[in-house]
Amino acid sequence: MSKLMEWVDARIPVSDMIKSQATEYPTPKNLNYWWNFGSLALFMLIIMILTGLFLAMHYKPDAKQAFDVVEHIMRDVNYGWLLRYLHANGATFFFIIIYVHIFRGMYYGSYRAPREILWWIGVIIFFLMMGTGFLGYVLPWGQMSYWGAAVITNLITAVPVIGEDLVIWVWGGFSVDDATLNRFYVLHFLLPFVIFALVIVHMWALHAVHSNNPDGIDIVDEKKDTLPFHPYFTIKDLYGIGVLLIIYCWFVFFAPNAFLEPDNYIPANPMQTPAHIVPEWYFLPFYAILRSIDFLGSFSKLAGVIAMVGAILVLFVLPFLDRSPVRSFRYRPLSRSLFWIFVANSIMLGWVGYNPADATAFDGALPLIILGRTGTAIYFGYFVMLFIVTAFKIEKPLPLPKSL
Amino acid sequence: MVIEAEENRRDFLILATGAVGVAGSAAAAWPFIRSWSPSADVLALATTEADLSALTEGQMITIPWQGKPIFILYRTAEQIAQAKEADSASLPDPEQDKDRVHKEQYLVLLALCTHLGCVPQPIGTGDFGGFLCPCHGSHYDTSGRIRKGPAPKNLPVPYYTFKDDHTIVIGKPV
Repeated sequence: MSKLMEWVDARIPVSDMIKSQATEYPTPKNLNYWWNFGSLALFMLIIMILTGLFLAMHYKPDAKQAFDVVEHIMRDVNYGWLLRYLHANGATFFFIIIYVHIFRGMYYGSYRAPREILWWIGVIIFFLMMGTGFLGYVLPWGQMSYWGAAVITNLITAVPVIGEDLVIWVWGGFSVDDATLNRFYVLHFLLPFVIFALVIVHMWALHAVHSNNPDGIDIVDEKKDTLPFHPYFTIKDLYGIGVLLIIYCWFVFFAPNAFLEPDNYIPANPMQTPAHIVPEWYFLPFYAILRSIDFLGSFSKLAGVIAMVGAILVLFVLPFLDRSPVRSFRYRPLSRSLFWIFVANSIMLGWVGYNPADATAFDGALPLIILGRTGTAIYFGYFVMLFIVTAFKIEKPLPLPKSL
Repeated sequence: MVIEAEENRRDFLILATGAVGVAGSAAAAWPFIRSWSPSADVLALATTEADLSALTEGQMITIPWQGKPIFILYRTAEQIAQAKEADSASLPDPEQDKDRVHKEQYLVLLALCTHLGCVPQPIGTGDFGGFLCPCHGSHYDTSGRIRKGPAPKNLPVPYYTFKDDHTIVIGKPV
């Protein structure tokens, strides 16, 4: 065995790579459980690609067959129900994990120098994940699939001058139809592999600059401050995967439709829109931002789209907006308060997005559109405030520890 | 030793190669991009015919055209009067009712909300006696004009002609 490895290592240094990047990779010893979510995300990506590949072996991207073939997978294909429920609920858990992963990066300043490019690759992965999630949701060709696709592709018409022609090009027809379904299927198949490639680049960048840690300070003494990845963090990541699997499988086996919309079990009907279109939960805060811009007359549509896309794009400039000398919000009381307002506000926006546009709260006293506009202002306000309290040194950071 | 002629020649060659590479890639991309545009069989279904003889006053039918719903409403005298009355109201997207119909009684609309493409509900569901889009609450009047809500424009009137008194042809042959 060792002879064989020697032979291989002389040609491609596998053992070195495994040692330096995996087993003996120096990892900050103070990482808390929030650092589990990166490995959890990778685990979910693998589950999604695996279940997706096997679903693809039974699925047919044809507007006349798609709905029936999903039912065929559910009823006739051996364990087809399991593959589909793992895949459909997997999307939900993938997004929960990614949102925690992003919030963790925001709280501990993981986007700060020298990790900007690491952060940007992450934002691109997030963007592609949203695209992949949307494309995948169209494939069962139920009412929500169809009308979700119709509403989202119609956002393209907001593009000035060429919008109308552009959407026909995207559809491959004059409405969402067979050609649209077919290309969406191909893209839904392709993008996960693009994401996988970017995950490798994400980890490359991570291993070049090394992990941040809850204190947000640099490693002074590698001997004292770090532990080898194996067995200390392999076992911790495995523990996290165990916890995830318990919750995830509970949903798959006991409440598989909890995150799915009943309307999507009605075949797509281009002649009738369901009374209340709701996107998947992981799009809801962005959907609420889109709908909250309704006061600009004929510019509302374009402005809404810009605000929605801007809500993600603003993450790209976050590394430059935060001017504090300290990374971790553990030692930044003002930033910490802003952060928790941001988290609560994101959840509130999600709730607004879940409700119909003209809904009200408190017995009609508070139209949700007002909440939506306020929430949108707070969402972008976070980034402005973070800049103000750090650039003008309004925040006085607490003293940092000398070492981990 | 630098020979100036040689240097210039090399610069030119690099530039020319680059230019041909860029132009060539762009030209090669074109067929791929165009393959996404509607195919010939999709374009061939550009028109739809409908028989309106069974339609009575106040009735509305929905027919598919290019995969999109078309509302054809046989308007009552009251609905026509309502639409004309609103001609002078302040409209977000001003249009006269007479410019939106060929025959006063038949209102033909592309029934996709100009906000985000949902199908509005049938006549009489919205304020102003017209159509309500359930997705984001846009109200259209009895001429299909936007009156309230986030939609920026009136419901479009598709191109149509009357083949005879009772047969309508929607769309332009390609």
